[in-house]
Amino acid sequence: MFLKLHQYLEKKSFALLLGIIGTVSVGGLIEIAPLFYIDSTIEKVEGMRPYSPLELAGRDIYVREGCYTCHSQMVRPLRDEVERYGHYSLAAESMYDRPFQWGSKRTGPDLARLGGKYSDEWHKLHLENPRAVVPESIMPPYKFLSERELNYKSVAAHLNANQKLGVPYTDEMVELAVSDLKTQLDEYADDYDGFMQRYPKAVVREFDGNPDKITEMDALIAYMQMLGTLVDFEEYQAEKDENLR
Amino acid sequence: MTSTPFTTRFKDDDSLFYISIILGLGFIWSMFAAHPTGVSALLYPTLEMHGYMMMFFFLLGILAVVYKVGDGVPKIDQSEYEDGVVKAGVIATTFWGIAGMLVGVIIACQLTWPNIFYFDNLPWTNFGRLRPLHTSAVIFAFGGNALIATSFYVVQRTCRTRLAGGMWPWFVFWGYQLFIILAATGYLAGVTQSKEYAEPEWYVDIWLTIVWVAYLMVFMATLYKRKEPHIYVANWFYLAFIITVAILHLVNNLALPVGAFEAKSYSLFAGVQDAMTQWWYGHNAVGFFLTAGFLAIMYYFIPKRANRPVWSYKLSIVHFWAVIFIYIWAGPHHLHFTALPQWTQTLGMVFSIMLWMPSWGGMINGLMTLSGAWDKLRTDPVLRMLVVSVAFYGMATFEGPLMSVRYVNALSHYTDWTIGHVHSGALGWNGFVTFGALYCLVPWLWKKKELYSLRLVEWHFWLATIGILFYITSMWVSGIMEGLMWRAYTDLGFLEYAFIETVSAKHISYIVRALGGTLFLLGTLIMAYNIRMTIKGRGLAEALDGDVPLAKKPALPAAQPILVGE
Repeated sequence: MFLKLHQYLEKKSFALLLGIIGTVSVGGLIEIAPLFYIDSTIEKVEGMRPYSPLELAGRDIYVREGCYTCHSQMVRPLRDEVERYGHYSLAAESMYDRPFQWGSKRTGPDLARLGGKYSDEWHKLHLENPRAVVPESIMPPYKFLSERELNYKSVAAHLNANQKLGVPYTDEMVELAVSDLKTQLDEYADDYDGFMQRYPKAVVREFDGNPDKITEMDALIAYMQMLGTLVDFEEYQAEKDENLR
Repeated sequence: MTSTPFTTRFKDDDSLFYISIILGLGFIWSMFAAHPTGVSALLYPTLEMHGYMMMFFFLLGILAVVYKVGDGVPKIDQSEYEDGVVKAGVIATTFWGIAGMLVGVIIACQLTWPNIFYFDNLPWTNFGRLRPLHTSAVIFAFGGNALIATSFYVVQRTCRTRLAGGMWPWFVFWGYQLFIILAATGYLAGVTQSKEYAEPEWYVDIWLTIVWVAYLMVFMATLYKRKEPHIYVANWFYLAFIITVAILHLVNNLALPVGAFEAKSYSLFAGVQDAMTQWWYGHNAVGFFLTAGFLAIMYYFIPKRANRPVWSYKLSIVHFWAVIFIYIWAGPHHLHFTALPQWTQTLGMVFSIMLWMPSWGGMINGLMTLSGAWDKLRTDPVLRMLVVSVAFYGMATFEGPLMSVRYVNALSHYTDWTIGHVHSGALGWNGFVTFGALYCLVPWLWKKKELYSLRLVEWHFWLATIGILFYITSMWVSGIMEGLMWRAYTDLGFLEYAFIETVSAKHISYIVRALGGTLFLLGTLIMAYNIRMTIKGRGLAEALDGDVPLAKKPALPAAQPILVGE
């Protein structure tokens, strides 16, 4: 019976093709599709907001330089990891990450909770020449980031693309993208309060210490200083029923 | 030039007509893509550089078509096999293999001697940009070309018919090379989606989709017009590889570009759903690109080289359907203990462990095909290479399920153990089975009695085998060591090691790894020399005449070698 059926498949190329498509579709449908409609997939947390324009530009640089090839952004709920890096990562914390940056390799340490751990100066020195601050480091140097001007002309288009995909950027945020990007580098900017209202908890300062130029270093450090800082874990109750998955 | 009207020249074979439409549209799009962006195209990852490159290559393609048609569309002899495109594929496989492995050795050296191999102001030489170049070059350029070339060879022989589609196979070949060049230069310039093994940006993905659909059509049409009643088992695997890779590629790369002529795009999925989709793709790039496709190579070349029938027809049926059904589920084992819901992780682990059995079904079927011909392992280094590849396949598909167990994974994940596991599969299984197939194909295609030198094959075999052993043992040591160091506690209950201590502890292992990779590369260089000399007809590679293509031989009455083992 079984062999008869197979003899048929072996003689009909389209039947074989359809058989293969059917067979390989099952697993993906069962594992992926439910993640989009089961509510508990992403925890309800306070504090998550979309990336500010400068942070998003920094994140694009993080992606461009392939940082994910050596650094994960996913603290697992294991004793040593929580002690080394901080609270384990929640699904909610990467809900605006397109694509996600969980990574798969730790040639360098996890960066999910990097924000606020080191000073801007440390980051700048370390990125320019990792071995100047960590002698045994095997990280590549990123000196050029301090020299290169940030290409932010199209940042509004980047926000707009994210908005279309469902990231909750308001039209106002898209419109003010370039101005918000500059505001984040200057605590005395006119629109400081408006900016802080749009992007609560954003860190505002001259990140690379060079006020003459908006560099790629500014953007990357702005991104790294906010990593893992949005959710307030004093308030998050991991043991509550709705947070168990 | 003949005087026939332009359009009637396509009467016999309209493939060039449609190909030129694709190339023309591509050229028009790339003219817009090359618009100046106001920032330096060499510093920023804009579309400008790729726009010019695509203009150049599409124009070259159009000129090639015009040149062909200018002489009148070539008459195709349907009783001959299309072997030109397979020959081109063999050369491309060898070339990209060397390129990809060389980049591998370079990045291994970067992690070992960062002071020598990094440069302050050459961002495109940094590890983060070269690593995707290495993985894509070996998987998609070396492996992909090997799969396309062998599938075109095998499907013709086992269907006893010429490749379908006129010039479409050539479109697939050159289109695929363009995909590789765009992907590779993109990585160097920083054009990347950052999804592992799916890094090319949206427009390169669209180009690959066009090429891949053409590939599927050529393959299906060839199966459809076959002169054998049954579709041979190798073709089931090729077909599963082609169609499933198409599905994976389409879904995982769904993204919204920032603009119609902007390189950057944002993924349609975010966070946890994106992670699951990516590793559904990523693991099945292993499952269908590097496993199903290469099993097809095994199913043709081992029986051919050993001159024995496939061991068991029934086993091949069972393990084919089991492998393709179960593999798809295994993706979540890349996401153990992450923010992915636990039910998905558990499903992924259970199916990964189940996958062990059908994988070994394939291994057993391949190894046992040597029944009655085991002595050839001593005398034929090419067959030995093929068989050792199956042994590595068995080892890697045992290690994989082991590492997918949640609590083993807690130790192994994020460490070099994963890198070692990947390379025992990639170097041992994919590399060796490809080398074996190339060593078979070159004398067959260029009509030679034998390879230029079997002694050089021996050298290649032993250098590469020792290289692999250095590679995987050093990665086991460094991976398990760093995993244990990360979780080590002192008596007082503090973490024992700073992260950087685990980095410096791996230095010796990294030296051994770089050495292993260099030996493997050396073996590949020897193979390239051997292939070159074989094509030239030196040494043992004497010209062979009187080779009648199977298509011209009368069909044999119902001799189905696959059934013999029943």
